[in-house]
Amino acid sequence: MRALDDVTSDQIRGDIPSFREGDTVRVNVRVVDFKETKKGVERRERLQAYEGVVIARHNKGISSSFTVRKISNGVGVERVFPLHSPMLESIAVTRNGRVRRAKLYYLRDLRGKAARIRERRV
Amino acid sequence: MSGLIARKAGMTQIFAEDGTVVPVTVLNIEVCKVISKRTAERDGYDAVQVGFGKAKRSVTRAMQGHYSKQGQEPMLGLREFRMGGDASFELGQALDSSMFAVGQKIDVSATSKGRGFAGVMKRYDFGGGRATHGAEKTHRQMGSTGQCQWPGRVFPGKKMPGHYGAERKTVQNLEIVRIDSEQNRILVRGAVPGAKNGIVEVRPAVKGA
Repeated sequence: MRALDDVTSDQIRGDIPSFREGDTVRVNVRVVDFKETKKGVERRERLQAYEGVVIARHNKGISSSFTVRKISNGVGVERVFPLHSPMLESIAVTRNGRVRRAKLYYLRDLRGKAARIRERRV
Repeated sequence: MSGLIARKAGMTQIFAEDGTVVPVTVLNIEVCKVISKRTAERDGYDAVQVGFGKAKRSVTRAMQGHYSKQGQEPMLGLREFRMGGDASFELGQALDSSMFAVGQKIDVSATSKGRGFAGVMKRYDFGGGRATHGAEKTHRQMGSTGQCQWPGRVFPGKKMPGHYGAERKTVQNLEIVRIDSEQNRILVRGAVPGAKNGIVEVRPAVKGA
């Protein structure tokens, strides 16, 4: 991987805040819709916010990704984002969590009060 | 159009403009030069012979003769690329990534990774046997090789375990995603046969647009 870093260095994003597992982040995702109008198919771009707890990070150069989990209408939803994707408009850290694992997969089995994460002082 | 010789640097990924991830193989183009030409009158076919890379310290007398006859310095190796008789190439002409364009389809040939003596599951994608339910010593075996007293033999060409890999493989119609003329490097969508640092032949696609 390291040997090919110079190939992808121009696509590595420098505007990504530092965050780790347990943190709560708000990700603004670019969503592209195609709407049919009289003039044909129109391309529309809008922003969609996705907020939740980071339960995993995968650090591997351009292939880095992170997993965000949230409870949506009582259903657990997990989304994996490529860290350097141009489709991520911005990432904002809203809360720092204190956890003792690198991968918080145990949160999947916990609900409500038990799924809380202690706050980390920064 | 001729071809080029490159070394496979490995695979990575890049983001397309619409955010989709494109898996790419990085090919570092070797120093390539036209060493000699084959002509239909003399050799029965038309081709250019392209030398690549920096010569090893020792070059055999026979190869020295071949290079000096064409007035060229010895190189690491030679490859031939078939082409129409009207193609114009000068002896000694340097070839680089500028002969290709982004979006162009190419064929890539190389020696695939050697896998030694491989069983049928790896070599021919056989299903193998069951892992449990009483299966005994037949988890990765090939099963039946044919019928019984008639025909009383195993048909020729029956897929069986044997040597796998380390043979010339060609992948057709790979798309060039990016050309870095400064580094003399091209990025190709998809996988390319062979190990990292392996020698790879890159040619314009024979099929497809």
